[in-house]
Amino acid sequence: MERSVALIAVFAALIAALGLMPTLMLASGIPITAQSLGVMLCGTVLGSKRGGLAALLFVALVALGLPLLAGGRGGLGVFAGPSVGFVIGFPVAAFVTGLVMEKTRRMPITLAAGVASVIGGILALYFCGVLGFMRVLDKSLLETLAILGVYIPGDIVKVVLAGLITAGLARARPASVFSRA
Amino acid sequence: MISLTSPVRTRAHGWPAGLKLGALCVATVLLFSLDSIWWHLGFLCASVLLYALPGRVFLRSGMRRLWGLWPFVALIFGWHVVIGDVAGGAAICFRMLTAVGLANLVTMTTRLSDMMSVVRVLISPVRWFGIPPRRIELAMALVIRFTPVLALKGEALVAAWRARSPKRAGWRIVIPFAVLAIDDAERVAEALRARGGV
Repeated sequence: MERSVALIAVFAALIAALGLMPTLMLASGIPITAQSLGVMLCGTVLGSKRGGLAALLFVALVALGLPLLAGGRGGLGVFAGPSVGFVIGFPVAAFVTGLVMEKTRRMPITLAAGVASVIGGILALYFCGVLGFMRVLDKSLLETLAILGVYIPGDIVKVVLAGLITAGLARARPASVFSRA
Repeated sequence: MISLTSPVRTRAHGWPAGLKLGALCVATVLLFSLDSIWWHLGFLCASVLLYALPGRVFLRSGMRRLWGLWPFVALIFGWHVVIGDVAGGAAICFRMLTAVGLANLVTMTTRLSDMMSVVRVLISPVRWFGIPPRRIELAMALVIRFTPVLALKGEALVAAWRARSPKRAGWRIVIPFAVLAIDDAERVAEALRARGGV
């Protein structure tokens, strides 16, 4: 139990710490942060339940007013802003990523983590994110997809990284990769 | 760690956090149920007035926080100008600014300890599922402590990389970074167990 609590807490802090890392710029000039990479890693490393809880813990602390989101954002204002769906979607994304990871034990770990990150970290996350964006800004589905679609290439980069990093962690600390333990 | 709370103490700091959160919920539901641009303009002006009441320092720090929304305002307003619905675009932007502004106002005037006491009440039902609420509070405290520690370790890793390579530290740094984090967690778990567990 102590291990679970400590790992959940440390992965919530990992999401925050990855948000502090300098943003990468894609060729198209769209800034991407490593924050959603942290969410993917919660799922691929900790599995569905613990990963989802880690992301939920992170979101709860953002709501409490800690500036943990990329760019030092946080507080209740985030939940009234256009990115609300993505923030609320973090726990969902981590849970789904972990679930896929647990169902694909036969696949090589790099591939499994990549597939899981696409389904959880992109599909599930954008499902929530798009709904939030449509609600706050009164946009139709197509308009929203046109606006948010520019971030997809950056997310595909993160999926590849999530696969490589998860495989690296499985080699370095196999006992801590709960999704495969 | 930088904090999002107000630089000056206001009268609202003394109000019960639960009351402020409840009022915020009501205000947000109300905002999203109205359509007229005049209502939204009125609410926006009222919120700016709320920011102005505690003085100039408070107003400036609040407005700086709202400034982060400008790309969305530009995007939405520009979009609506293109499709010829200026009033609709303005109403959406006013509504977003008011909703975020009011929520920020609650965050700015409520200390973390007061928020925690509301959370303590909100999470108490987890007891019925056999989870002690104290465990969640401990996890929250751990994240607050872990975050600056991890940020420092990340900086140290980047510095170590720079000392050895002319190239930029890229994604490769994330693996040792996560290994450090996992090792920290294992050690903290051991320490928690040694002190009686959670």
